[in-house]
Amino acid sequence: MRPVSYNILPKKLESDISVVNMPDGYQGEGFFAAKLSDVVGLARKNSIWPLPFATSCCGIEFMATMASHYDLARFGAERVGFSPRQCDLLMVMGTIAKKMGPVVKQVYLQMAEPRWVLAVGACASSGGIFDTYSVLQGIDQVVPVDVYVPGCPPRPEAIIDGFMRIQDLVGNESIRRRNSDEYKALLGSYGIM
Amino acid sequence: MGLTTDHIKSRLTEKFGEQITSMEESYGMLSIEAPKEINLKVLNFLHDEADLGFRFLTDLTGVHYPDRTGEELAVVYHLHNLVENVRIRFRVYTSIDQPDVFTATGLFSSANWMERETYDFFGICFVGHPNLKRILNVDEMDYFPLRKEYPLEDQTRRDKDDDMFGR
Repeated sequence: MRPVSYNILPKKLESDISVVNMPDGYQGEGFFAAKLSDVVGLARKNSIWPLPFATSCCGIEFMATMASHYDLARFGAERVGFSPRQCDLLMVMGTIAKKMGPVVKQVYLQMAEPRWVLAVGACASSGGIFDTYSVLQGIDQVVPVDVYVPGCPPRPEAIIDGFMRIQDLVGNESIRRRNSDEYKALLGSYGIM
Repeated sequence: MGLTTDHIKSRLTEKFGEQITSMEESYGMLSIEAPKEINLKVLNFLHDEADLGFRFLTDLTGVHYPDRTGEELAVVYHLHNLVENVRIRFRVYTSIDQPDVFTATGLFSSANWMERETYDFFGICFVGHPNLKRILNVDEMDYFPLRKEYPLEDQTRRDKDDDMFGR
């Protein structure tokens, strides 16, 4: 018999409804004062709309991540959008051929700010095993990437871990970051104005 | 009865004589070679003659033989007689300095994309092709990737660690 080493002990449900913790702030009767960036970050990080750009086996792992067993919806990403104009997070999963590079870039350009990019798997991160003339050696050659998930393909846990790191970035991001000179220089280096 | 290899051979010898430079059978399939100047004549003959009837172009591709000086590039046509279910392989060679071969698009419409692919990967220019441009690779590519002109991967490189990239 195959030994099962995880999820074998019943775990007590801590609460029927899970609610995120309140940000730091001052509270009194009928008011609550906090930093706007904290509140905005809290709202954003718990309602990320991912746009899956799945081209190969990492996409299959992503399907498992979205499905009931791993359930990415627990992280507020219930709504997977298939229009870049509505989405916050571009999840690139799989090998991107050089010919597809402009497509990835156009999808990125169609997303509204603020936008984040998650490169899932070795191929999207670096070209992976496809060290060849036809394959883009990492999508960071065409779009800026926030988080890289290693693995070939990564397990759903790894994708969730990458997603949670995106959540950290989203939650802690300064409201003015997208107006900063560094950010403009970064986009400028990709030829995006 | 059926279409026999001997019959194809004798018909070709009768028509082209010494111009067919090689006729050999490997694994039961006839392979013929001819100078590239008469590739269309041979294809037309195989296509039009009622008793040969090779009316289907299964495949068209290129091969690079770097050691064959003066005829480095080969163009291979795989033809099929669908009625008799007989296949034949036809090959022409061209030099890599002037890789011009006449197009077969006039005879087989399916040659259009296959010749574009062969051009894309081997840089063989099909003279008379209606739309000879890259089909699979990016348009900006300035080399022909399947030519054997590129060194193998440097085994000492460290930028891709096998443990991390699943190879």
